[in-house]
Order: sequence, then C-alpha cells, then structure tokens
Amino acid sequence: MITIDMRRMLRWGMTAGGVMTFTAAVGMLEAFEDRLLIYPVLSLGYLLLLWFVPVAGYQSSNVAVLEGMEAPPRGLHNVIAGAVTGLVGGVVLALFAIVINAFDLRDVFVPFSLKLVGLLTYGLGVPEGLPYAVLAPAALGLVGGLMHLLPASVRRRVILAVEWVVVVALLEQVFSQILRQIRLEVVADRVFTLKALEWWAALAVAALVAAVAERTRGGFGRMRERLFAGDPRQRTRNSAWMAVLVLVFLIIIPQLLGSLLSEVLANVGLFLLMGLGLNIVVGLAGMLDLGYVAFFAVGAYTVGVLTSPLSPRFTLEWSWWAALPVAILTSALAGLLVGTPVIRMRGDYLAIVTLGFGEIVRILFLSDWLSTTFGGAQGVQNIPGIPLGFTEVSGVGPEGVLYFALFFVLLAAWISWSLQESRIGRAWTALREDETVAAAMGINIVRAKLNAFIVGAILAGFAGALFAAKLGSVFPSSFELLVSIIILVVVIVGGMGNIPGVAVGAVVLIGVLGGPNLPGLLAEFAEFKLLIYGALLVFMMLRKPEGLVPSVRRSRELHADELTQDAWLDKSGTLAEAPGGGRGAG
Amino acid sequence: MRRVGLVSLCLFLVAVGCGEDQMQAGPDDPPSATSAVDPVENGGAAPEGSEFVPGPLGAVEVAPGEEIQIRSVNSITGDVASLGTPNQRGVELALDDYGPVAGRAVSMGTPLDDLCSPDGGQAAAQTVVADPAVVGVIGTTCSAAAVAAAPLISNAGMVMIAPSNTSPALTSDLAGTQGSAYQPGYYRTSHNDLFQGRAVALFVRNHLGFERAAAIHDGDPYTQGLTEAFRAAFEELGGEITTFTAVNKGDTDMIAVLTEVAAGGPQALFFPIFMPEGGFIVQQVGGVAGLEDATLIVSAALLVDNFMELSESEGVYISGPDLRFGSNRNSITGRTAEGLLAEYVASYGEEPSGGYWGHAYDATVMLLSAIDRVAVEVEGTLYIDRMALRNEMDRSSLDGIIGPISCDEYGDCGSQRITVLYNTDPRNIEIGKNNVVFDFAP
Amino acid sequence: MTSAAATRLPRRRRPGWVDSFLLAVRIAAIVLLIWGIAGTVVKGINGEGPTGEAWRDLVVAGIAQGAMYGLIALGYSMVYGVLGFINFAHGEVFMSGGMVGFFVANYLWDIRFWDTNFVLSILLVLASSILASTLVAVIVERVAYRPLRDAPRLIPLITSIGISFFLQYTFAGLFGVAVKNYPPPPDYLRARIGFLDLEIEGTKLAVIVVAVVTMVALYLFVEKTRTGRSIRAVAEDKEIAALMGINVDRTIVATFAVGGAMAGVAGTLWALLFRGVSFITGFLPGIKAFTAAVLGGIGNLGGAMAGGVLLGLFEGVGPQLVLAGFGIPGVSQLKDVVAFTALVLVLIFKPSGLFGERLAAEDRA
Repeated sequence: MITIDMRRMLRWGMTAGGVMTFTAAVGMLEAFEDRLLIYPVLSLGYLLLLWFVPVAGYQSSNVAVLEGMEAPPRGLHNVIAGAVTGLVGGVVLALFAIVINAFDLRDVFVPFSLKLVGLLTYGLGVPEGLPYAVLAPAALGLVGGLMHLLPASVRRRVILAVEWVVVVALLEQVFSQILRQIRLEVVADRVFTLKALEWWAALAVAALVAAVAERTRGGFGRMRERLFAGDPRQRTRNSAWMAVLVLVFLIIIPQLLGSLLSEVLANVGLFLLMGLGLNIVVGLAGMLDLGYVAFFAVGAYTVGVLTSPLSPRFTLEWSWWAALPVAILTSALAGLLVGTPVIRMRGDYLAIVTLGFGEIVRILFLSDWLSTTFGGAQGVQNIPGIPLGFTEVSGVGPEGVLYFALFFVLLAAWISWSLQESRIGRAWTALREDETVAAAMGINIVRAKLNAFIVGAILAGFAGALFAAKLGSVFPSSFELLVSIIILVVVIVGGMGNIPGVAVGAVVLIGVLGGPNLPGLLAEFAEFKLLIYGALLVFMMLRKPEGLVPSVRRSRELHADELTQDAWLDKSGTLAEAPGGGRGAG
Repeated sequence: MRRVGLVSLCLFLVAVGCGEDQMQAGPDDPPSATSAVDPVENGGAAPEGSEFVPGPLGAVEVAPGEEIQIRSVNSITGDVASLGTPNQRGVELALDDYGPVAGRAVSMGTPLDDLCSPDGGQAAAQTVVADPAVVGVIGTTCSAAAVAAAPLISNAGMVMIAPSNTSPALTSDLAGTQGSAYQPGYYRTSHNDLFQGRAVALFVRNHLGFERAAAIHDGDPYTQGLTEAFRAAFEELGGEITTFTAVNKGDTDMIAVLTEVAAGGPQALFFPIFMPEGGFIVQQVGGVAGLEDATLIVSAALLVDNFMELSESEGVYISGPDLRFGSNRNSITGRTAEGLLAEYVASYGEEPSGGYWGHAYDATVMLLSAIDRVAVEVEGTLYIDRMALRNEMDRSSLDGIIGPISCDEYGDCGSQRITVLYNTDPRNIEIGKNNVVFDFAP
Repeated sequence: MTSAAATRLPRRRRPGWVDSFLLAVRIAAIVLLIWGIAGTVVKGINGEGPTGEAWRDLVVAGIAQGAMYGLIALGYSMVYGVLGFINFAHGEVFMSGGMVGFFVANYLWDIRFWDTNFVLSILLVLASSILASTLVAVIVERVAYRPLRDAPRLIPLITSIGISFFLQYTFAGLFGVAVKNYPPPPDYLRARIGFLDLEIEGTKLAVIVVAVVTMVALYLFVEKTRTGRSIRAVAEDKEIAALMGINVDRTIVATFAVGGAMAGVAGTLWALLFRGVSFITGFLPGIKAFTAAVLGGIGNLGGAMAGGVLLGLFEGVGPQLVLAGFGIPGVSQLKDVVAFTALVLVLIFKPSGLFGERLAAEDRA
C-alpha cells in the first residue's frame, strides 16, 4: 500500500500553484500585504497566498477511509508527498514571478507590477529570491504532510488552534472592543499591535485553544443530550430556560460590543430578518425568488413617505408606529401582486419573473415619473427614528436599532418556526418536494404558494421599515438586484430551510464579510468581497450544499447516496438507517 | 411556546429600557442641543483660568503625549475610488505639510470608506463617532453618503468638511433656505451644484446663445441634482428645456433615449453622467437624426482619460470645478498648487485620478488651523471645545489651493469657481484638459 | 410525471379568483397598450414625438441589440435543453470574450494593423473572442457543473450565480475596473448603408447579418452534424442517449462549447456596436438574454433568437410607443420596466413562453 502516487502529488501541487498564482494575479497579495495578522511575521496577503499549500500537502497523500476499510499505514511517504506537492506549487509560483519580471504586462494585467515580483520573492527579487519562492511552499507542504504523522486527536487540536489564531487576528476589532468594554484596555493594547496579534499572543491563543479543545470536545453533544433527554415536561422546562439564557445573552451583547459592533450586528439583524422571510419562500416552499428586495423596498419607502416631513407628496409626518402597519399591509399587497401572476410558473420561469419584478419596483421608485411621490434619485430624506418613550431609536444609536432588530428577528423566527411545524408548513414542504403530487394529495397549491409569498413579503417589509428608520433616508440605490442575490446567498450558505442556519449565514456573510453597500468586520476585503462570496458559494454547493448549519431533512436528501453507501459498507448492514429515495427536491 | 414569546417580549422591553439609560447617560451626546444654543453667545467660552469649562457640545481632551484624532471618510473602493483616493491622499499631504497642531501630532487613523452610498456613509460615521476622541472628519466623497453620515457626526459634536459633495440639500439653496439634509457641523470646500447648474446654463444660453437645450441624467443623486439645477437656471435665463429624461446605469443602447431627446429639437444636450453610459451617448448621438449638430456638454464625471480619448468626444464641452490652480498658494501652509501636485506625484507615483485632491488638502488645513486656534492647554492637557471649533470654522478665511475659502452660514466654504473645458483633440487630451473656454465665479 | 392526467389534476382544483385576476390583468394590459399607442399616434399626427425616420432607427437599433441578446440566449437555452438548469454565469462567458477580444484589438490598433486591414483584424478579434468564451464555458462546466450533474436543480443554478460573481471579480482584479474602449471601426462601417430601400448604419447591419449567419450555422450544426444529433438526443433523454452509445459527458461539453462560441460572437458584435467593455459588461445583457430565452420558450433555439429580437424591440420601441402616449416624463428610464412587464404579460398569456409548447407538454418548465 505504501506507494507514492506521483500523479496525485503533481495534481495537488499544480492546484496549489494555481491557487497561489491566482491570489497573486488578481491582486490580493498586494492589496492585503499591509494588513498584518501576526506581528511582525505574517500579513493577510501572505496568509491568503499560502494557506492552501499545507492543505494540499496534506491532501496529496490523504486516503479517504470508508467504514469497513483498513486505514493505510502512515509514515515518511506522507511527508515526502507533502513536500513534493509544495515544491511543485512553489515552482509554478516562481515561474509566474519570472514571467512578470521578464515581460512588462501591466498594460493588460493591472496587478502584474515589479512590486508583486518583490512580494513573491520576499523582497529579494529575481533571481536571488526565487529559491525562497520555491522553498517556502515546499516547507509548508511538508508541514501539511507531517500532519499525517500526528495522532488524530492532536491533529485536530493543532488545526483548531491555527484556525482560532487566524480568527482572533482577523477579528481584532471585535476582541479588542470587547476587552475595552470590560475595561481591559491594557490587555488589548499589549496583545494587539497595528491591528495584528503579537506573535507571543498568537502562541498563547494557540496553546489556550489546544488545551481547552480536548475538554469541550463532545461537550455540546452531551449538553444537548442532557437538556433534551428525559420526560417531555422536563424537556419543555429546559428549553424555556435555554430560551431565557439566549435572551439574556442577546440583551447583554449590545452593551458589551459598543456602538460600532452594534451597528454591524444591527445590519446583520436586518439581513437576517429578510433571510428568514426568503427562507420561507425558497427554503420551505421551494420557489426561487430573485426579486425579494422589492418587498424590502416597499416597506422602506412606505415608512419613508408616511413619516418624513420632506416626503415629496404627503405631509403626514406619521409616527413610525403608525406607519408600520401600513408598511406591512403594502408589502403584503406587493407579495400578493407579485405572487398571483407567478403562481402557475415553475422553477426557472419564476426566478426570472421575480427578478423582473424586483427591477421594476426599483426603477419605479427611481423614476422621474413617480419622483413627485417617491423622490426619484434623491430618495426620501429626513425620516425620523422610532419614537419610544422619551427617546428615539435611530441610526444615531445603533444599540437601540439592534434591540429592535433582535426583537423582530426573534418574532420572525418564532413565526417561521410555528408555520413550519403547522399544516401550512407541511403543505409547503409537500409543494417543494413535488407540486403535482401535492395537488393530488389535496393541498391547495394556490393558497400555499400565496401564503409563502405574503409571509415572506411581510418579513421583508418589516426589515424595510426598520431600515428606513435606521438610515434616516431611503435611496433607490439601496434596493439593487445584488441585495436579492446576497440574501439568497445568506440563506443558502447558512443552510436552507433551517432557521439557525440562516442566522449563522447572516452573521458570517453580512457581519464578517459585509453586505451590499455595507462594510463587515473584514472591511479590508471590500474590493474582493464579491469574489470571495462567489468562491464561497461555489465551494459550498460542491462540498456542502446543505449549508453550514443544515436542516436535517435537506441534509438527508442531498447525501442520500453517501448514506446508502456507508450503510452498505457497514458490516452489520442495517439499511434501515439510510433513508432512501429522498432525491428530487427543488 | 406562547409563554416563551411572552417572556421574550418582556425582556425586550427591559432591554430597550437599558438602552435608553445608556443613551441618555452618554457623556457627549446632547440630543438636539445644537440647535437650542446660540453659537455666538456660548461658543468659544474657553476661560483663561486653571480649569477648563467645556461648552454645550463638550470638549475633546488630549492627554499629555497623545495625538489629536481626525478621520478621513472617502470612497476608496469601487468605481468611485478614482475620486475618493485622491481625496484621502490630499488629507495625508495636508497633515504632513501642516505639522503639529497646538504642539501635538495629528493622527488620521485608518482611512474609512463611505462606499458612495447612504448605508456605507452611516456605517463609516458610526465608526467615527464610536471614538469620542475624534475632533473632525474630512469626507465624505459622495453626497448620498454624506446625507446619512452628517447627522451622526454632527450630533456627536464633531465637524465634517467634505471635499467633493456638491448636493444643495447638504447646505442651502443659495437663497437663504437651509437644505433638507443640512447639519450644523457640516462644511464643504467643494462647490454647490446650483453654481455649476447656473454656470452651464449661462454658458449655453449666453455664451453659445442657444435657446433650446435638453438634459439627461442617470438616476444617480448627483447627476439628477445637477441636471435639475441646470434646468432651473436655464429656464430662468429664458431658455427652454425641450426634454428632461434619464437613462439607467448599465444601459448600452442609447438610440431610444436620444430619439426621445431629438424629438424636441434641442441645440445643446447636457448629460453630466459617468462612464460607460456617457461614452455610449457620444458614440451613438451622431447616428440619430436631428442631433447631428447638437452641442454636447458633460460634467467633470467624464473628465477621465477613457472618455476624452474616444474619437467621438472631440468637440464635447466639459463643465466642472475650476482646476486651474495656477499660482494659487495655501496661505497657511505656504504650499503652492504646482508644489502640491509635484509632491502628490512624488509620494504616490501617479497623477491624481480625480479633481478634488486640492479641495481635500484645503479642507484639512482649514480644520487643523481652526483646531490650532481654539485648543487650550491646561496643566499639560489639551482641550478642544467642540462648539468653539464650529464657531471658528464659521469664521475661517484663507487662501487655498482652490482659491479663496470662507464659509457661508450653511457651510458652503469653497471658491465656487466653475469652468467649461473644450475637448479639441482626443489624441492629445492634455490640450482639452487645459482648454478653458468659459469660466464662472459667483 | 409526463402523463396528461397529472398536469390536469391541479387545474381542476384552481379556485376561480386567480383566473379572474389574470383575466383582468390581460384585459387591462390590452386596454393600456392600445390606449398608449393611440396616444402616441395622436401625438404623431399633431407633429410631436419622433419622426418616421426616427421610428425606423429605433426599430433597427432594437433589432441589433436584440440579435445580441438572442445570441447570448442561445447559450442559456442550449444548456437548459441538455442539463435542465439556468447557467447564470453565461453573461460572464460573453463578457470574457469581449474582454479578451479588446486586448487583441488594442494590440492590432497599436501596430496600425486595425486601420489598414480591418476585415482581417476583426476576424482575429472574433477568433480570440470565441476562443476565450468557449474556454471559459468549458472550464466552468468541468470544474463547477459536472460534479453536480445529478443534484437538485436549484443547486447548479446557485452555483452558477457564484461562478458569475467569481468570474466578474477575477476579471476586475486581473484587468482593472476601468471601462475599456475598442478602437473605432472604419468609417465605411459607421456610415449609413442603403439596404432594401432602407438606410441603415453599417455596424448595425453587420451585427444583424452576422447574427443571422451564425444562427443558420448553428441550426445546420444542430440538425446535420453528428455532434448536433447527440446534443438533441441528450436533451431528449440522457439515459437513453447513453444506452444508444452517445458519450453524454462529451456531448455536454460540446453544448457548453457551442453556447460559449455563440457568446463569443456576441462579444465581438458588442465591440462593433458599443465598443466599451468592462468586468460588469456581461451582467445585465446576461439577465436580458435569460429573459429572452424564457420569453421565447426556454430550450427552444429558434425561440431564444426570436425572444432576443423581440426583447430588443420591446426595449427600444416600447417606451416611446406605449409609455410616451400617456405623457409620462423620462420614458427612456423605464425601458427595463417595459421589458420585464412584457415578459410577465407574455408568460401570463402563454405560461411556457412564445415557442415553448414542447417543453410545457413534457412538464419541464
């Protein structure tokens, strides 16, 4: 069994070289070279350049062990394979450096500058730096190969430690802010230099994570078992307590984060609200709506037009509370109007028609024709905040907006959860699985579809109403097609059909990477945000189409084959565990 | 489940209560106090005694050895980066030139991005106001971002000086009416669109002697506002706007819109839009019957190489802020316009890609010198009274790179000079960039 | 699921109000259409609005733009025919052709070859554009779509949205974000040319002629060649095609390649007509072409071309013809509203698109 698969190593090596060359060629190395992660040794640019090499070094000799198979022996050949893989990748990268050094290609390829050559050769230039350009990936590949020699538990800890160090360094803002908020400025100032983690602090974080990792491993599972086992009454009480705990946590969060991070989280909340709505339409009822932003726009414009003293046509100056029901009504109506014509359409037709509706709504709000009502390109300005007792909740105090957003999110989550478990929810699921069969089973297709559209529209209308009060002005540019697509990505990356999944998707994508027109915690990524979005989306679809936090049902559907296969390999041969024939959704 | 819902509602209400308390207790967050206090009577009340008494907006304390904090909020990514990046660099150059303020170094912090949108502007402003040590902001690049950013920054007692906002809503209509988005802490060194609209109208009506003109915008708040200003001014001058219409960003086939315009038989066509739509219009206008001889006028948004190099852009007029800085000299730093441009090229290795670097430079100098004049040092700690700073900004008067700078009561501080350029040779666009055929000063 | 009974069943259950609503929409649409056109005609009689010559130009411009939509739509339709999903990234396939073609054209301009030998230059540009688009289409199929061959159809659709962003911003990173202008075509192409009693701008005529020739070539390819027959067989039924000895994988690659080549042709025509390309050039035309494919009845090649031309006409003529009649200001701003409304109305009248019967019968839409 101990053979060195040359072709496999070459393939992984070329892939690693390709990833590195790509990162450098689109300008990511140069753009992120200034952002230090670990002071003074590692910048974000080099992390992005090199991260894939150890992965490839590990994978190049990794043999998938299915149940019932014997694990192949590990040894020196793994290390050699890793090193060779890295070496191949390094050679590709060095060739790339030689090419940009030799030919002036800047007229065509903007990032191919001599500065890039300098970065690729670690400041030494061609040819002095070339050995380093080759050897650095080789060494990292070797590290990847070495991982095979570690026992599984140690390997897991090392990987976890590395991941955490990167996360802490990347999210410096969050960690230093929390430290400051609990009056530990001293620690924050010592640990972070120039937004980067000090090298000794990085080691400390790694050590801490590695030490803690083993203790809590499986802890969540055990906790869950303890919480949700036992008699039903106990279980209800436990979940109530859990809910209270979560709530208390959510209430403390804004106080802990300060206004800046609250702003980020408030935006997450808005997108989560829309994500929950779209989750009903796409995730539960299986209708691909690419114009979801239209309902968000209708909600925001309704509130804007009714409350603003500068509303072009009306001088109502209603309070937000009075405008909210109207906003809900108008967005529900919009849901009905969009929903009715598309009821008879399926799949792809529905996608393009809803997309068209989204654009129609945006252009109408933008148009000179209706500008006497909606303000056209100048939007509606001076929208007051949400009056609440003696104060006013608006974008000036994002903590207040965050509480509102959290409240609506909880409400929306509760609504969608109840709906999901109700008769309507089962109708949606049936609809998603097979419309014809669902109709044959006596489900009223028209009503089920319209229900989904209207509930989804209302949630987006809520988000829009909140958005208008938060921003204090609405412009048509906030409602572009991209917003619809990003919400869809949030739902899908998080885990379609699953509420916690959507929440995770919103936090990771909107909070960390940033939404359309919104900076996330990693504001540095600005120009490359959508590149990363795209890559992430493709990667998720290929590797984990059920999302980060999958719903059990979808996961089963999408991995039915593998489950069947595993069960077949299983010596006991209990086929009962594999739910068969789940395919054909969507 | 219903009980959980109830509990959550209660907790929510409690939580909002906490939020309120905190908001009210915030040290430098006096809600709407700004409008209640007459600046002249209460501002600048920095007593000479041993204790510093802050004015109604509070004061920034700079402890011994600490730096004075200002921020730059500009569009530094996306399409508008060509405009915002030079703004940010103008701030950096001004900080270097000015040197220490009241004996302290000044820090610009991490450059922030306004993303040229209200959402982005608000998020950036949130970052700024989260740090109470910040005295003032240079930004934003785009008016739409300023509309959302200015209330936050102004309410926090800070000042913001925009180098390239031009929307009248942010200051005034030039006739004494406050703009809808006006904030007391807002200033700008860029011109007000109303001046450019009037300048273009004068150019078309009086200089070219035309009676009939059409205007096209692209749904951007900037282009729409400017065409609107042009329409008003042109009609006031007795001209007739034959068609006022719009294209969408992303449109390519301009035949339809040009046919719509041609039906009115205009002599001139004003379309202050961006690339690539502006390029499509000049390329396709020749093929539309009735517009072959129309005079085309664009704005500084198309003062870019890839537009001016188009062979069809020969004979196009380009209106915009007066960039003939000539021998202008900033009276505070002593830097000349040529010297600043040379320094820019030396520092960043390229010519500025946008026209507002001088405005950003002057804005920064204006802020720093105002801080210099109001800062009071008491026992080693430097105090900068926020109200006093605003009053000092109102009184600012200097000669800048862009010409004379002094603020009106709504924060319009720029020189308001507008020029019209004439692109004569797409093969050598430097000629066109300096070929001023009309200029306007209020 | 193809049995008639299954599709008839839900129809019996539909409550009446949806039908009445749709009927009302239909009637309203027709009334408004006639009203708007009448308004425009009255205006025309009074000497307002565009002249007859201007109307002709609008129609020609609409057809030229529509021909391009049609060429891109072919790629959507072909992929849909074989794989049953919408390849959202096809607009970016088109953009990559236009972008790569630009650098070739720019080089030819720099060495002064473009002026002296325009025909050869444009053929070189066309070849490079086709090559680039085909290559991108095939690589995308190999990397992203092949592993998803049997996944539920939402999955490849969403993957293609991801690919679309990825390609856009890769091109932005590699080549910069600025708009790039092709060198101008020679004067004889830009002048008006007499054609069937009509005076048409040379570039537009060239675009229309090339689009027609390409369409005919594609028709012959699909109908007459071996690969074409395989493509049709795979579109009918993958399993049976495989049993008949057709290499399904290779046929699918061929489909993507042909669709990519069509997009490459569209990229060069774009360069002739509009000249400006940037990394987002593909996005909106891609969506419009998708619309065109649906309008014509997706999966139907002739329908895609017809849908493209119709959509171009709706966009080009619709605002002036219908909306201006109501006295709406700034009608050009609303042309996408007209285009998408037309799509919705067509689908209300004919839920499977204009030429989409075959697919509707098979219940694939």
